[in-house]
Amino acid sequence: MAEPPAHRAVGASLGRIRAMMLRHLYLMTSSWPRVLELVYWPTVQITLWGFIALYLAGRGGGLAGLAAAFLSAVLLWDTFFRSQLGVSLSFMEEMWARNLGHLFVSPLRPFELVLSMFAMSLLRTLIGVGGAAMLAIPIHGFNVVAELGPPLALFFVNNLLFGWSLGLVVSALVLRLGLGAESLAWALVFLVQPVSAVYYPVAVLPEPLQWVAAVLPPAQVFEGMRGLLTEGVFDTARLARALLLNLGWMAVAGTVFVLLLRSARRLGLLLQVGE
Amino acid sequence: MPGPSATTVRSAPCPEPAIAVSGLAKRFGRGWAVRELSFTVRRGGRVALLGANGAGKTTTIAMILGLLEPSRGSIRVLGAEMPGQRYRALARVNFSSPYVDLPARLTVRQNLAVYARLYGVRDPGARLRELAAELRLEPFLDRPTGRLSAGQKTRVMLAKALVNRPELLILDEPTASLDPDNADRLRSYLDRYAADSGATLFLASHNMAEVERLCDEVLLLKGGRLAARGRPAELVARFGRRDLEEVFLEIAREGTDGDG
Repeated sequence: MAEPPAHRAVGASLGRIRAMMLRHLYLMTSSWPRVLELVYWPTVQITLWGFIALYLAGRGGGLAGLAAAFLSAVLLWDTFFRSQLGVSLSFMEEMWARNLGHLFVSPLRPFELVLSMFAMSLLRTLIGVGGAAMLAIPIHGFNVVAELGPPLALFFVNNLLFGWSLGLVVSALVLRLGLGAESLAWALVFLVQPVSAVYYPVAVLPEPLQWVAAVLPPAQVFEGMRGLLTEGVFDTARLARALLLNLGWMAVAGTVFVLLLRSARRLGLLLQVGE
Repeated sequence: MPGPSATTVRSAPCPEPAIAVSGLAKRFGRGWAVRELSFTVRRGGRVALLGANGAGKTTTIAMILGLLEPSRGSIRVLGAEMPGQRYRALARVNFSSPYVDLPARLTVRQNLAVYARLYGVRDPGARLRELAAELRLEPFLDRPTGRLSAGQKTRVMLAKALVNRPELLILDEPTASLDPDNADRLRSYLDRYAADSGATLFLASHNMAEVERLCDEVLLLKGGRLAARGRPAELVARFGRRDLEEVFLEIAREGTDGDG
């Protein structure tokens, strides 16, 4: 059978990605608690941390800059957290629904499935973190866009990319180990948090953990963010390193996903998953 | 149930069989689920895969669909090597099985719309209306799929399996949860679909009357091997039995003490 022309193949591929996004949009809009949940936790976080930061700032001693750093860190951490969950939850939805067997005998390619999960993750993150960021303006008088300026986009993209990589690894592990391992979606993120130097500088960490932080893109993002807020210096080399690290992690995550998917195909897990 | 739309399935220019299986084997741990299985299904054929529970039917179907990698042997589906060249065939194949489900919170209409797009159906809305009329889905098109009765869900699963007008339709227990009236309507529908479109039917079933009515060839598995093969009437004559069910029981119980 002759292969279709390249432009038609790309069009068909985009159509399948859109179909998978449509599937998740239908699900998201089918229940208002799901939509509410997207903004609920980021809002709780920004409110709580906002008051803590304002309290500290009120004690004087140059803590006002620290308040901005805290609130920016909350939002950027949530970007990473939401983007990871956006990928892994989209995948687990298919397992909970026992729908993987149908998807994997359809013309949908694994990379199209992954791209649709990335797209849904971006949407969920923008709704959740964007909502919280807007709420911080009237509640705390804090505007993250004004505070960080254009570098915010680079911080956001880097944390988004690392969230996608981790989400892909979590999805692959849950496919391979079964739904009993679904708590990995939350556990792995919090394993990364202490070494990501979210609320404190990398220098605070013991030396071996500083080496771990050196290969984690979020640690570069949070260090860069603090440098910008406290010293007014945007370290482009650090952000370039974060981007390179992200490309490396994405390659690792993609390889893990492909290998564990292959293993699932060998073990018959694509038909047996589900509750 | 109204008849299926006739001018639906694309013609098959490739002279290769719909399914060609050779020396197929699958091992899980120390045990073999399927051993040295070889058969072909011609284009337009209607073949039933029979066997007791654990005989290897679902494993065989999963390998044919590329969901499961064989330990040995080769499979060609519509001329494409599985699972390596599966994307050359999958758009022209579809299946339904009690082992997989559709997202329960999506409505029937939403689920079918998603799958129509995944299979690249040109006019998803028109195809959906066609299937809804043919399989009598209209009363519950906007109901969440998880809230349907077993019989309604079976019809929806069949609609999903037909959404791309497949050249090869693989069905695992297609009427297992239907009452006799609905099961009869569905068999009539499948009969007409295969006759009108020239599609190949490959089904696993425990209902011998269904197999005798729908299929022109039977593959009987036992312990993962092909124990018997032939037209239903031929098998009945060869084993000197009254019907296919008796043939099935003789083969299934051969070499066992009868307690299952």
